[in-house]
Amino acid sequence: MISDCVFRLALRAGTRLTDDCCAALRTAAERETGAARYALCTILENRAIAARESMPVCQDTGMAVVLLELGNGVVLEGELLSRAVDDGVRRAYAEGNFRKSICDPLTRVNTGDNTPAHLHVDIVEGDHVRVTYLPKGFGSENMSRISMLTPAEGREGIVRAIVEAVRLAGSRPCPPVVVGVGIGGSFDSCPLLAKKALTRPLGSRHPREDVASIEEEALSRIQALGIGPQGFGGKTTALGVLAEIAPTHIAGLPVAVNMQCHCVRCEQEVL
Amino acid sequence: MKELRLPLSADEKRALRAGDAVLLSGTLYTARDCAHRRIFELLDADMPLPFALKDAFIYYAGPCPAPAGKASGSCGPTTSARMNAFAPRLLRLGLGGMIGKGEMSEEVRAALKECGGVYFAAIGGAGALYGNAVKRSECVAFPDLLSEAVYRFEVENFPLVVAIDSAGNSIYDRTSK
Repeated sequence: MISDCVFRLALRAGTRLTDDCCAALRTAAERETGAARYALCTILENRAIAARESMPVCQDTGMAVVLLELGNGVVLEGELLSRAVDDGVRRAYAEGNFRKSICDPLTRVNTGDNTPAHLHVDIVEGDHVRVTYLPKGFGSENMSRISMLTPAEGREGIVRAIVEAVRLAGSRPCPPVVVGVGIGGSFDSCPLLAKKALTRPLGSRHPREDVASIEEEALSRIQALGIGPQGFGGKTTALGVLAEIAPTHIAGLPVAVNMQCHCVRCEQEVL
Repeated sequence: MKELRLPLSADEKRALRAGDAVLLSGTLYTARDCAHRRIFELLDADMPLPFALKDAFIYYAGPCPAPAGKASGSCGPTTSARMNAFAPRLLRLGLGGMIGKGEMSEEVRAALKECGGVYFAAIGGAGALYGNAVKRSECVAFPDLLSEAVYRFEVENFPLVVAIDSAGNSIYDRTSK
């Protein structure tokens, strides 16, 4: 059941942009001119071709990130969970003619089937299993960073760290980007918050007012950088900033920025 | 829009200006990180290369597998900056230029200027569109690298923007400094 679900989600995710991403790209295309507008129109035309012909939107069909919310009332029977997830990924990447992009970091030998997937499991209250599939391209992943700020740096330090990550990335992560931000937690959990933020719809506001105001201020300062679509210059350097927050240590203020290219692919199912 | 067919003459390259949109047709060779390392090993060992560098264009890309009835699967550009360390030497050995996405280093810009080369930006993320513009594809080296192998592509009307021209002007100058 998990394997089939991951298979379906992976296959769908590789060939379609999310609706909120398409809407944001259309809005952006209307306000840009010249090479920036040309880039956005090409991206939208590509999206239509991919949907029509069931082709991967982008050849970087990504590292398979699977976020699993597992209700504490659920008993999973059968094969090992990670094996079921990898099996779904393996079948989807073969069936969809997706690129297999996973290799050994030292020998660079490809695993040949895009496994292993990166599986994160959260045990929650309830009787459901929510499966979220996020194929993560590395042009943008490479531009991600974590800053271990001091508490004194505070809100301004957070906004500055977000904007600086986008500025340093420049034209490389395929702007207009979506900026996933993690605030708090620890050196390991903070980037995961940033990645989870990327599964939120574009245009959604964080329920906490102080977090939402950081999202807004960071976005407006990012647009002022002028990097623009594909780095060709323009008003749209980012399609959105999405932040998540978690308690941290009294001595620290971790801020992680997980960069996502304009090709936002994310699919979800509740079992 | 300007239509160009590879190989490009020195005059054709000189006439291009950063920011120009072009439709490019002809023969390209794909190569990305691992293929470049292998090419450099061959050069260092004085061994023959899988394709002649003279006037060739390298496309920084790794395609998806081709579905039935197509020459190539989705195949948009990858981030060019990872090839900063490789491009200058290849340009000085006669490479006509490169196609990729995003800014490249000052060393690459200097080599393009010195050799009269051109760096084109393809639109990142438009993999299906570029894949469909590939009319023929053949693996010419390093098949063990799978999508990272060197493929010879015959392409028709690749939509590109001149990113760094042969005079060293860059479309990224407006933003990246």
